[in-house]
Amino acid sequence: MVEEDSLKQQSLLAAWWSMVMRDLTLAMRRRADVLTTLFFFLIVVSLFPLGVSPEMNILRGIAPGVIWVAALLASMLSLGRLFSDDYQDGTLEQMLLLPQPLSVMVLGKVLAHWLVSGVPLVLLAPLLGIQMGLDSSAIGLLMLTLLLGTPVLSLIGSVGAALTLGVRGGGVLVSLLVLPLYIPVLIFGTGAVDAGTSGMDFEGHLSLLGAFLVLAALLTPLATAAALRISVE
Amino acid sequence: MLEVSGLEVMRGDHRLFTDMSFSLQGGELLRLRGSNGSGKTSLLRTVCGLLEPSQGEVLWKGKNIHSQRDEFNGSLTYLGHHNGIKAELTGFENLRLSSALGGKAIPDDRIYEALETIGLGGREDLPTQVLSQGQKRRVALARLLLSDADLWVLDEPFTALDVKAVAMLSGLIEGHLQKGRMVMLTTHQEVAIRAGEVREVDLDG
Repeated sequence: MVEEDSLKQQSLLAAWWSMVMRDLTLAMRRRADVLTTLFFFLIVVSLFPLGVSPEMNILRGIAPGVIWVAALLASMLSLGRLFSDDYQDGTLEQMLLLPQPLSVMVLGKVLAHWLVSGVPLVLLAPLLGIQMGLDSSAIGLLMLTLLLGTPVLSLIGSVGAALTLGVRGGGVLVSLLVLPLYIPVLIFGTGAVDAGTSGMDFEGHLSLLGAFLVLAALLTPLATAAALRISVE
Repeated sequence: MLEVSGLEVMRGDHRLFTDMSFSLQGGELLRLRGSNGSGKTSLLRTVCGLLEPSQGEVLWKGKNIHSQRDEFNGSLTYLGHHNGIKAELTGFENLRLSSALGGKAIPDDRIYEALETIGLGGREDLPTQVLSQGQKRRVALARLLLSDADLWVLDEPFTALDVKAVAMLSGLIEGHLQKGRMVMLTTHQEVAIRAGEVREVDLDG
């Protein structure tokens, strides 16, 4: 019995890993999709020095907020890719019929989505931080908050993407559903950087972001799986 | 093995069928008949557990399929209207993936062999988006060659196939039935399938 259980776990792990690799491979073969959201992120942030003021002191003050809001929008833009292609070609249907728990498969898909659309945002943040006049410790903190926060965005976003699957104008609907739920992440993400630059304690903010991540990783795959079953009906 | 009792399926406000009951034993073929829109696809999807019936239940080995989803899915291969293959991946990659996701990794040479048998020899490593409709369908059908599931649920498996492929697929179905397994399918074409027991369910009558 114990042996059978461990065998089951192994096959589940193997299936989970093939799901992650599948989505990474697909993203590599459709690089343009990934690059457009990254350019979107870069361009939105670059508009602020032009539109608000090139004055470094002003930019430094708004930088964490601007970069975080741009990251929210970029991560939301990429949500469309998460399930809709699979829905259209019938592979989502097949995914629902796998002999594996659907929420585990969903977690694999979200992880792949974050690696492709969230991690690049974290890696690009220093470049934008320099452009907005942030110093190196603030940039480090910004990257850390993004590293903790962007997976939460992908996880919450997956629920919205699953709920609006197959709905006409789903893209706009996703933003209405998901953006309000992004607010706590935004508040504590920018709050940590602001606290850090003004010399205050920022550990509380980071702990809360970490707590959001743990909660989201535990709960959202279940909600997403349920939403997918309803959407495919 | 498979038992459907008192099934009623609604699409929107429209009742497709009500009080549908039948059962399927090992070695038996069930053929669904009915005009367009009579609910053949909906019935197949309900049997797979993709659709929730408004009344009645589907039992597999005496237990409701929704209470043992993982076990039931493990003994099911479903082929729907959509091929369920990724256009960016090659035929080989698609098959390897679907077996790995199903938790049963299949050796590479068996996958190549299946693609060869299904008539895609030499095209195994092309992305499926460059294949024709019929060839894409063949990639999807190659899953059947690699499947050892007890129950096959096939929705219009013969569409977009040429004569040779139709003959091969019906041979495949016969082989599956001879192993004492079950097949449930819909088709508009009259395809001769020799099977021990053929059941028919007519959704128009």
